[in-house]
Amino acid sequence: MSAAFLTARDLAVTLSGRDVLRGVSLDLTRGHLVALVGPNGAGKTTLLRALAGLIESQGEITIGGDSLASLALRERAKRFGYLPQGHLVHWPLPVRDVVALGRFPHGATDPAWLSPLDAEAVDRAMAVTDVTQFADRIVTELSGGERSRVALARVLALEAPVVLADEPTASLDPRYQLDVMQTLRTTADAGTLVIVVTHDLGSAARFADTVLVMASGALAAHGTPNDALSDEIMQQVFRVSAYRAQYQDSGVILPWSGT
Amino acid sequence: MTRRSGSNSSAAAVTAALAVLVAMLAIGSLAVGPVKLSPLTVVQALAGLGGEVQQIIVQEIRLPRTILALAIGGILGLSGAALQGLLRNPLASPSLFGAPQSAAFGAVLIISLGLADVRSFALPAAAITMAFVSVFVLLAVAGRNASLLLLILAGLAISALAGAATALVMNLSANPFASLEIAFWLLGSLEDRSFRHVVLALPFIVAGGVLLFSQRAAFRALSLGEETAQSLGVDVARLRLIVIAGTALGVGGAVSVSGTIGFIGLVAPHLVRPLIGHDPARVLLPSALAGAALLLAADIAVRLIPASSDIKVGVLTSIIGVPFFLYLIVRERRALGGGVA
Repeated sequence: MSAAFLTARDLAVTLSGRDVLRGVSLDLTRGHLVALVGPNGAGKTTLLRALAGLIESQGEITIGGDSLASLALRERAKRFGYLPQGHLVHWPLPVRDVVALGRFPHGATDPAWLSPLDAEAVDRAMAVTDVTQFADRIVTELSGGERSRVALARVLALEAPVVLADEPTASLDPRYQLDVMQTLRTTADAGTLVIVVTHDLGSAARFADTVLVMASGALAAHGTPNDALSDEIMQQVFRVSAYRAQYQDSGVILPWSGT
Repeated sequence: MTRRSGSNSSAAAVTAALAVLVAMLAIGSLAVGPVKLSPLTVVQALAGLGGEVQQIIVQEIRLPRTILALAIGGILGLSGAALQGLLRNPLASPSLFGAPQSAAFGAVLIISLGLADVRSFALPAAAITMAFVSVFVLLAVAGRNASLLLLILAGLAISALAGAATALVMNLSANPFASLEIAFWLLGSLEDRSFRHVVLALPFIVAGGVLLFSQRAAFRALSLGEETAQSLGVDVARLRLIVIAGTALGVGGAVSVSGTIGFIGLVAPHLVRPLIGHDPARVLLPSALAGAALLLAADIAVRLIPASSDIKVGVLTSIIGVPFFLYLIVRERRALGGGVA
């Protein structure tokens, strides 16, 4: 489990003539929760999309020893659970059908006809995200917070080796923010590589094994929460100073004042 | 496999009921005309029994018209549902995007240039090409993840352009009888169609239908947006091309023998959604059946409505379809008003 599962070498992305991402190299391991932080526009979402092969990029990405470029679309889809921002569902579908779409890369293209294996994965994902109670409700009628948990359930149902989640805690109340981070932590502990984009430095420090700090399309820091979110980086990248403490074996980092 | 009851079994029941309705309307369509026949006579004549006159009326005079109504209504309903699935948008439809109008322009151009008569394969070829160009241009102009408003404005522009181009061709046409012929044909009608027309259109309609139906699973993944669908393994760029090609083949093939018959593609999916839900894959087949039922019914109605001159079926579907479109606009007002589309 210690060998790098997802690697990137000199990753660069250019969107309409602008370098959105440059010179990003990573070695990430299964079983880790990686928090991807950085100011707005730093390129966090672009990095997630590039890693999942959803946008064109220069450089080399490997997953599980295979070059990403050599994998067919369907094979890539089995390896990355991708949760975009917004949690949009365009049609008023039942929650269970939306979660079942997570099994799509495994060939389960019709939610009404799931193999026992697929049905169990869907049930598990709904249970850990606490959405089983509204399995039969219509997704577009749920609150924003409920909908984002359904979206997370959809991604977890895939049971992929890598989960890429773009701000999964946005629009959630504190209780569910904690629940979602805890769920992702548990998912990582079960052997998944979880990469979470977040603006919440506090939960990054608390839940992540590794923190990646991005600034202007490049990696500014990369390491344990304490190393990556040092006072120096907090000043340089976020232009804030932070309050630090220790509580119940976890480091607490709280952005305190702008400079 | 674990089969879940509920939405799926009700979808199967609705589909079966629609199929029965289409079969009944098809028999009705064979029974109606200057010589009224009973449904029993029609079934007998189809089976090669009964009087020779009745057999000729049913098999040779009315059957091509019925087959065309069934196939054209079906492909219009299917392509409406497919476009709505591709664009995740309940107001998408071939006629709002100018596809039939563009196909008609292609056909009219061929006729008035004297390149082909109305019974040659050049006609569907031209209609299909123009339909393809129009949908392709529409999606290119509107861009990825286009809003409702953008799509409809672009569709309006393309319809207007195709209409103007058609008018120009008629305007420049040297033979006034030719332009009269073209005008009547543009209204959309299934009168006096023969098996030659069926042969001309049916292969393209079937090919388009197969293409669109083959993509049903991808429409379901697209419910989550293009980026997520791509992350689930759907090649969205390829899907777009297939849907454009399928729509162009189906609508172009249909228009080349019937003229423009509008709004069935818009209306049919909306009729089936309250019955079977919004799953964009599951609405495809019922939408095709509902489209076939609508066009068969409209084509029966134009033969029953007493009028001094024949009412064209395309005129009737528009008269019913446009108020329905207005109703949809009222329902989707929030999205059209610039809210969350």
